[in-house]
Amino acid sequence: MNIEIEELAKEFGTTRALHPVSLPIPSGALVALLGPSGSGKTTLLRILGGLEFPTSGRVLFGGQDATGLSVQERRAGFVFQSYALFKHMTVFENIAYGLRARPRKERPPEAEIGRRVQRLLDLIQLPDIGARYPNQLSGGQRQRVALARALAIEPRMLLLDEPFGALDAKVRKELRQGLREIHDRTGLTTVFVTHDQEEAMELADLVVVMSMGRIEQVGKPADIRARPATDFVRDFTAA
Amino acid sequence: MPDITLSRPVPVTTEAPLIRGLLIGVALIFVALFLFAPLVTVFVEALRQGWVAALDALRLPDALAAIRMTLTIAAIAVPINAAFGIAAAWAITKFDFPSKAFLITLIDLPFSVSPVVAGLMLVLLFGANSTLGGWLIANDMPIVFAFPGILLATLFVTFPFVARELIPVMIEQGRAEEEAALTLGASGWRIFFTVTLPNIRWALLYGVLLCNARAMGEFGAVAVVSGKIRGETATMPTMVEMFYNEYLSVAAFTLAAVLAMLALLTLLLKSLLEWRHADLLAATRRH
Ligand SMILES: Nc1ncnc2c1ncn2[C@@H]1O[C@H](COP(=O)(O)OP(=O)(O)OP(=O)(O)O)[C@@H](O)[C@H]1O
Ligand SMILES: [Mg+2]
Repeated sequence: MNIEIEELAKEFGTTRALHPVSLPIPSGALVALLGPSGSGKTTLLRILGGLEFPTSGRVLFGGQDATGLSVQERRAGFVFQSYALFKHMTVFENIAYGLRARPRKERPPEAEIGRRVQRLLDLIQLPDIGARYPNQLSGGQRQRVALARALAIEPRMLLLDEPFGALDAKVRKELRQGLREIHDRTGLTTVFVTHDQEEAMELADLVVVMSMGRIEQVGKPADIRARPATDFVRDFTAA
Repeated sequence: MPDITLSRPVPVTTEAPLIRGLLIGVALIFVALFLFAPLVTVFVEALRQGWVAALDALRLPDALAAIRMTLTIAAIAVPINAAFGIAAAWAITKFDFPSKAFLITLIDLPFSVSPVVAGLMLVLLFGANSTLGGWLIANDMPIVFAFPGILLATLFVTFPFVARELIPVMIEQGRAEEEAALTLGASGWRIFFTVTLPNIRWALLYGVLLCNARAMGEFGAVAVVSGKIRGETATMPTMVEMFYNEYLSVAAFTLAAVLAMLALLTLLLKSLLEWRHADLLAATRRH
């Protein structure tokens, strides 16, 4: 599903987190929001997910105005920076949460929930951890469980806030590959936030460089490297 | 100090053994003197004339009525304040709104106002001399010197306990898990019961136990509002005082002992729950 961001602005009191920004995201793309701390990446992502409402502007999902849709109605799979796994539930229950939360008519039967959770555990290559609690997992495993939980609701898009932020370099590389594979397999339009230019360039089809609430440049990684639009982009991507 | 063998873990503190011993000793003496000794005295005094006399004292109609009154008040006030406390803590920690600091101060008000003053406020507000009170009495709904007054006084005095326990815990936990549940399509109520409540249950339990202890033990506010009418509006603490003033010391101390046992019971209950769910407790406290 393609996403259309039209003149979106967000103010928190007197701070302008987003100046009006516009951005078309083609269906099935893997997009990186890249920028330094405080540039408005998380704010933009949260507006897409419906966790924050814009001061002005519109968001279109598949051509339909989605600006006023509630979080639940958006069906966006969201992976939080700190994963936000439910600490008191097993991995299985975490992943099943979205399915159990459906209205009774649409809720799959218990056996079907079990099958789906197992399929997702296989997808993230952790088939045997269903009975564990989040505090019994490594950081990388938690990240993958958070991804599986977001995928369980059969989302219309995938939104990830610094998905590899809290992990060491080696695990990061592995999980990057994992996200790429899952994206290619599901074909979901995916937006992830990062302040690591190498990660953005390596992983994304489309990189959106942000600074101080503005979009500086949008383009394929190679194009941004070859033809930075502003001094900021040149400096930031050279780092 | 005993000898220190090699297998012992190396102490992380650097105080000399003598000083450590001294500090521990002072703490133990303090606990014995100010917590344990009074508790023991209550039971000793209650049993001064033997078990039979103590049990007889408990069968006095006034004592029975007071016990019934206190248990009824606690049974109503604690759930109400638990619900309000959760609502207040939820509003304060999960939403942003302008008058937040004011609301927090307001929640603490019952802690800073003397209970006697709280009781007097209710008397002034609902007593026979006020317009509202006069109307209520004329319509056969007296509040002061009656059950509703005692309930209101108890509700006021015990209001902060649950909210106070919950607010720091909920601030520390943040909104991330609730937001995650939202993105997974859960409704507000579902999120509350499946995410918020399980995450705060230990703090909630602790707050409820404190609230309960105070609801049963409150003296000042209730003494003023209730008028301490024997067999009608006397609660356990006010009845203890009346027995004591009438030199019925066995009755006074027996009733006091029952009150103390109710308090000990709630503590026991808490320890039991913590012990039975130790693994879950560890899972929800660590990240
Ligand atoms: N809830 C909020 N209330 C007030 N200001 C906020 C809020 N959320 C974000 N901001 C402000 O909006 C601006 C953009 O924040 P945002 O979190 O989107 O940045 P970011 O690019 O994600 O940064 P980081 O890389 O550090 O996560 C910052 O100046 C921040 O202080
Ligand atoms: Mg951010």
